[in-house]
Order: sequence, then structure tokens, then C-alpha cells
Amino acid sequence: MSTNHSPLEQPSRRAVKSLEDQPLKHVAVPLEHSSWGRQFAAGWLGRFRRRASDALDAPNTPDTADAVQDVPYARDWTVFKALLRNPAALSGATLLLALIVIALLAGTLYPGDPLDIVAQPMLPPGQDPQYWLGTDSLGRNVLAELVHGSRASLAIGATAALIGVVIGTLIGALAGYFGGWVDDVLMRVTELFQTTPSFLFVIVIVSIGHPSMSIISLAIGVTSWPTITRLVRAEFRALGQSDFVMAARSLGFGHARIIWREMLPNALPPIIVTTSVMLATAILMESALSFLGMGDPNVVSWGSMIGDGRDMLRTAWYLTALPGGALVLTVLALNLLGDGLNDALNPRLNERP
Amino acid sequence: MISSRTTRVVRRLRRTGAQAVPTVIAVVVLNFVLLQLVPGDAADVLAGESGSATAETMAMMRHHFGLDLTLWQQLVAYLNHLAHFSLGFSPRFNTPVMQLIMSRLPNTLILMVSALIFAVVAGVVIGVAMATWAGRWPDRVLSFIALVLYSMPGFWLALMAIVLFSVKLGWLPSGGEMTLGADLSGWDWLADRVSHAVLPALALASFFVAIYARLTRVAMLEVQRQDFVRTAQAKGLHPMIVTLRHVLRNALIPITTVAGMHLGNLLGGAAVIETVFSWPGLGRLALEAVQGRDYNVLLGVLLLSSLLVIASNVLVDVLHAWLDPRIALH
Repeated sequence: MSTNHSPLEQPSRRAVKSLEDQPLKHVAVPLEHSSWGRQFAAGWLGRFRRRASDALDAPNTPDTADAVQDVPYARDWTVFKALLRNPAALSGATLLLALIVIALLAGTLYPGDPLDIVAQPMLPPGQDPQYWLGTDSLGRNVLAELVHGSRASLAIGATAALIGVVIGTLIGALAGYFGGWVDDVLMRVTELFQTTPSFLFVIVIVSIGHPSMSIISLAIGVTSWPTITRLVRAEFRALGQSDFVMAARSLGFGHARIIWREMLPNALPPIIVTTSVMLATAILMESALSFLGMGDPNVVSWGSMIGDGRDMLRTAWYLTALPGGALVLTVLALNLLGDGLNDALNPRLNERP
Repeated sequence: MISSRTTRVVRRLRRTGAQAVPTVIAVVVLNFVLLQLVPGDAADVLAGESGSATAETMAMMRHHFGLDLTLWQQLVAYLNHLAHFSLGFSPRFNTPVMQLIMSRLPNTLILMVSALIFAVVAGVVIGVAMATWAGRWPDRVLSFIALVLYSMPGFWLALMAIVLFSVKLGWLPSGGEMTLGADLSGWDWLADRVSHAVLPALALASFFVAIYARLTRVAMLEVQRQDFVRTAQAKGLHPMIVTLRHVLRNALIPITTVAGMHLGNLLGGAAVIETVFSWPGLGRLALEAVQGRDYNVLLGVLLLSSLLVIASNVLVDVLHAWLDPRIALH
């Protein structure tokens, strides 16, 4: 089919060459050096870009068309478009975006410490227009607490998920790439972490340090990586057999380069999906921790609000219901988005036989 | 056939057992070292609570419980205890740890087993329903409900259930494991125990119902596209029989895998649910041990939960080796 396609050349290389001519502003990395940029462009912007460049780059056309089929996860339609077409994912993304905006604006909307006492205690919702969700048992503004609480949840969730994904991906990639004794040792360590119930583990780590936001994120991140490790390892083992990795090996690329620039970008879709699940789990775990009174005492968190409200469950159940509702909404948004991403990245699962 | 199955299972058991021993020892050492990093010890907490401790009594207490030894000596002493099937002594509760754990274990097991059974049964039923009507409205409604359950912290659901069923309706008790001082026997005793266990078990199960439902749906859709299902349909079998006997049975393998994996998480969840319902179980014991810096108890609970996870993995392995001959080959 293609005449100037050397067998050793990595199949998608050509496609990228033509892609690189296009200025892609929203990818931060300089594209000419980045297979990450390539992967994002192919995955999220898809053939639209590629077709445009095909037209500009006529001699490469047969080659490019050939390469497109070889890029895993690049499809006729793009992930981005698929997400926009999926109402569940779209509503999840919108909700999440709104929550992020609220978290960022918390200081402007409700300046000052949300833990300050502002009015008479136990004001029911809807009585005073100034505090339209009422006040808690100490006379703190519930709405201000809720708005500020989004910060703790999102910040801890994001940091913990990031830590977990970085550790998990690194270990999984090394185990899957090298195999042999490296794989044995790393999988043993992973197993070790999997046999201890992660929530108890988090509690132990948090009680080692002071219960601060950073320690809590670290504890949740450090206990949550095994899931992603197994996933990345499996992905790397499969990718290790593929032609483009073989080609990269025979071109004499170093291990680091093959792992980072060639394999990892192709293992990205399942990692992205799992990250959204890990974020949701981390938020739930943080809420349970602060519900038990083991959270950061100086930071308002939805979990600690539920814990405080629990004492008034019989008389003022809304003090428990409101922060829990916010929690459910946040985690639901993440899961809707995660499901949407999953459908977009693995469309096979949704087809009927 | 039976004998080859048995040898398969036995071989599997032996291999897993050999792998489990180093894992358990590593877990013990890791937990031990981690707990030594926690600031403060049981003597501090006891002294703080009594409010009248002198430096001498604290030194005596530390010496009595072996807290003044070096890390290495303490570790060797602990491993020595373990080798004699003892989990050490709890300074806080003034009881051997083994006895303490055994007094709490049945309560937690009741909670976990009933939650797991409910979660698997409800999850599989919902999952089968979702897969049967995949893409149509029953699937959409059930999927959304499963997703909401999946996004809901169990302890919050528990609190809301208390508001509804205990406070507003008054149907079920809001805490404890039995009515105190009621002195019931026979059926009344059983009914009392069950009514106390319903809410905690359901709250603990909620998250896992969602997981199994989603998993069953995906696994069923995956199996449905395989050739033997088409063959079964072509034979003219009733769709119900194809769904149950051909599809569900094969979809059960990934479900059992995940069910085994989640046993540890179930225990972690039980710690929170037990706190909500003042249920005297292992999870609450672990939390009390953290707060009281009672490391022997905490180590015991952690060791036991690791053993539980390993045992459940072995059980799942054996189940798989039994269900599917291909699995034992590699």
C-alpha cells in the first residue's frame, strides 16, 4: 500500500509529522517533541485535524491514512465529540465545572472563616434571607460552610488521585515493561498494599502525622495506587508485544524513552478513566475520615459537617442531609464523567451483540 | 473428573498458601514499623486519662507493657508472640488481644456476611435486569440508581435511613446490636437481633450493590456476544434459560473475583458504619485502638483483616479452579 514506509518506522510517526504542522495552541508541550501531544491530538481532536493536514500534505496521504488505523484509540469520531453527544457525561462535566468554580470563588462569595459564629444557633433553612440554609449548632452559616467545604473535598480528592496515579502508573509501567524479577518484586509489594484494608491503612497513616490536608491526601494517595498499578501493568504487557514497541526497540531507543514516549501515551485512555474513579473514591474516603473526626480540624469539610450534624439528627436532620447531598452531587458528577469517558474510549462495551 | 478437579484445587491451595506466609509476615512488619512512627503510646493516653500520673508510674507502665524496649526488641517479641499464636496483651483494655478480637469478631462477621450476601444477590439481580433491557428505559433508570448508590457515602445513607426508619417511622432501632436489658429468648431474641442488624447491613451493602450491578451488566453484555450464546439461541432455547444458564453463569467469574477483592474494603466500610450504629464490632475496636494508641490491638485487627483478605482470595481462586478448568492451567 505505502511505498516509502520503512518497516522499522513507527507506524504513527508520519501521521504526527503532518499533525505537527498544525498549530495546536491548547497542548502545552511543544508538539514536535511530544508523543503526548500526538496522543491527545489524535484522541481528542481526532481525524478532523488529520484530514485538514492531509490536504496540505498531499505526498504523505496514503501513508497517513495507513497510519491512522494503527494509532490505538484514534477513531472516526473524537472522544471530545463523543462526550458532547453523551448527555450523562455532559451533565457530569457541567456539574463538576460548576463545583470547581464554586470552590475557586468560595473566598469571594463568603469571605472570612466559614467556621466563625455569625448568627443565633440552629436557625432552620429558609427563615433568614441572609442565611438561607440556616445555621448549625454553633451558629455558623451552613451555606458558607458548604461552599468552603467544596474546597477541601476537591483539593484532597485531586491531590490524592494525582499521588495514587503517579505511583501506580510508575510501578505498573515498570512491572509490565520489564517483567521477570522486577515484575515479581513489584507485584509482591502491590499485593502487600492490597491485603491491608485501605481505609484502616489511611487511618494509621493519618494518625502518624498531624491530621492536615496534605497528610490526608498523601495517606489516601499512598493506599489507593494498587488498582491502577494492575491496570497499567496489564496494558504494558499487552503493548509490549505490539509492532511499534518492537520497532522502537530495534531502533535502539532507551527504556525510559520507550516507556515514557511510546507506551505510556497509548496506555492513557484506561488511566484517564480510572483516575476519575480514584478521584471519586478519594473524596468519599476523605469524607469518611473527617466524619470520624480524624480530618483537619481547622478546615471545614463536608464529612466533618455530617459528623457535627449527626448529634442533632433527631431535631435537625437537614444539617446532616445538606453536606451529604453536596457530597453525593460531587461524586456523582465525577462518576458520570468517568462513565462517559469510558464509553467514549471503549465504545465496544456499549454495543449490543 | 471429580478427582482431577480436586487435585487442581489442592495444588492451587498449596501454592497460594506458600505465597501467603511471606505476605502476612511482611504485612505484620510493615504495620509494626508504621505504628512505631505514630507519636505517643498507650502509657501517654492512660496517663492523660487518669490525670495523676508521675514520671515514675509512667516508666513503670512502659516497662510493664514492654514499651521501653527498642523497636527491634519489640518487633522480635511481637513475632515471638505470633509464633505462639498469641496477639499480645492490650494495655488499654487490660485483656489479651486475642480474647478482645474474638469477642468483637462475630458481630463484624454478621454485618459483613449479611451485607456481602445482600450486595451480591441484589447486585446480580439488578445487573441482569439492566443487561436484559440494555439501552432501554429500565436499564437507564436502574443504571442511574446504581450510579447514585455508587456515589453515596455509606455512612450518610445510614444516617438518612436512621432519620427515616428510626426517627420518623419508628420501625427499626437506630443503634446497638440488641435491646439492652430486654432479656429475650427464642424467636423474640432473633427478631430483636435481626431488626438491629437490618439498617447497618443495608447501609454497608449499598455501595457494593452498585458495584456488583454495574459489573454484572458489563459482564453479561460481554458474554452475550459470544458464539455459544448464539448457538443456544439458535437451538430455540427460552431466552430466560439462555440468560440464566448460559450468560449469567459465565458472567459470574468476574463477579466472584471482584467480590473477593472487596472484602477488605467491606471491613474498612464496617469501621464507619459500626460507629454510626454503635455496633460493637472490629472496625470500632480498631478506631478505639488508634485513639488509645493501643498498638497491639490495632496490629491484631490489621493482621486479622489481612488474613481475611488472603483467605477470601484463596476462596475465590479455588472457586475459579472449580468453575473453569482453563484457569488452573496457567
